[in-house]
Amino acid sequence: MGADTVEFTEQDFDEKVLSSDLPVLVDFWAEWCGPCHMIAPAIDEVAVEYKDKVRVGKLNVDQHPSIAARYGIRSIPSILLFKGGQASDQLVGAVPKAQITNMIKRAL
Amino acid sequence: MVFEGTQPGGQLMLTNEVENYPGFPDGVSGPEMMELFRKQAQRFGAETLFQTVTQVDFSSRPFKIKAEEEITEAETVIISTGASARLLGLESETRLMGHGISVCATCDGFFYQDKDVIVVGGGDSAMEEAGFLTRFASRVTIVHRRDQLRASKIMQERIFNNPKVDIRWNAVVEQMLGDTQNGGLTGVILKDTRTGKTERFRCDGVFLALGHIPNTELFKGQVDMNERGYIITRGKSAHTSVSGIFACGDVQDAVYRQAITAAGSGCAAAIDAEHFLENQA
Repeated sequence: MGADTVEFTEQDFDEKVLSSDLPVLVDFWAEWCGPCHMIAPAIDEVAVEYKDKVRVGKLNVDQHPSIAARYGIRSIPSILLFKGGQASDQLVGAVPKAQITNMIKRAL
Repeated sequence: MVFEGTQPGGQLMLTNEVENYPGFPDGVSGPEMMELFRKQAQRFGAETLFQTVTQVDFSSRPFKIKAEEEITEAETVIISTGASARLLGLESETRLMGHGISVCATCDGFFYQDKDVIVVGGGDSAMEEAGFLTRFASRVTIVHRRDQLRASKIMQERIFNNPKVDIRWNAVVEQMLGDTQNGGLTGVILKDTRTGKTERFRCDGVFLALGHIPNTELFKGQVDMNERGYIITRGKSAHTSVSGIFACGDVQDAVYRQAITAAGSGCAAAIDAEHFLENQA
């Protein structure tokens, strides 16, 4: 995982994601999910490129299933964008990096 | 320069264990293997980009490749865009994708603990997915359009003997039901292929296992393809209908579709491209 990519947990999700001043991009993933590994490098790149503008992080659905359930996640990877504590945008599947950056641009 | 596209690593990223690739006597996971491939290519100077090509122009040289609004020019291009999962092509399918519809049982089975799911398809991969899903789901129903399966005998037997699996013969999914704002998929409408009769079928998830289609949309009208959309290569070479454009892997192979055959044809394409460039000089 990239140095600028944060790891979210059930314990700190509300504080680090919902109460964040910056928009937050959350990549819902799991170890067994091939497409999640496909997009991992793109997520890390986005974290570097949008440093200081957007908080970028990952949530392991296997270890923190309650958060995935709260947002009705039924496919991974799912990328959700949170703004002011609300999930405002969503991408599902191994999407190209351009789609991820477009989602961020829409939120800024 | 390698444009890695929408799914870096391709179909192998969805493969848990590759057992038939020489040099890995204990097998290797697909994602691990693709990481090794990438590193090996980089060691020889390949520039690998997480970018997706959106347009090509092969009508004159240098060829033009557009990715992320930038145009790259090249004297030769090797197409290795592979294949991806076939979908049903329903509007309701697009709408509910990721909200109860999945093309990856290994990824999403986890979310269907004690739920009812259907698997659409009749081949080996459909049987494999159905079997895998019984680890989580309480009930798995295979929906198949004909009255017999395409899957191999051994896979069929395994499925027939699995008490958690039902098969719905002669049926197709005509519509997916549910609302993304309201919990997602709630069921499907099944149509009997013999009588035409439709019925509502309640389920929590739909897993599509309908085989693959070659990723050649981008090259339509630029290189010759067969009626199924596979790129036609000349004889045993990687030459396409356009001089200087080569193709390798599943994008031109509907028959073998193995990691090792794809890698072999990739090597052939590299040699063909090298010869081509030498002859230009």
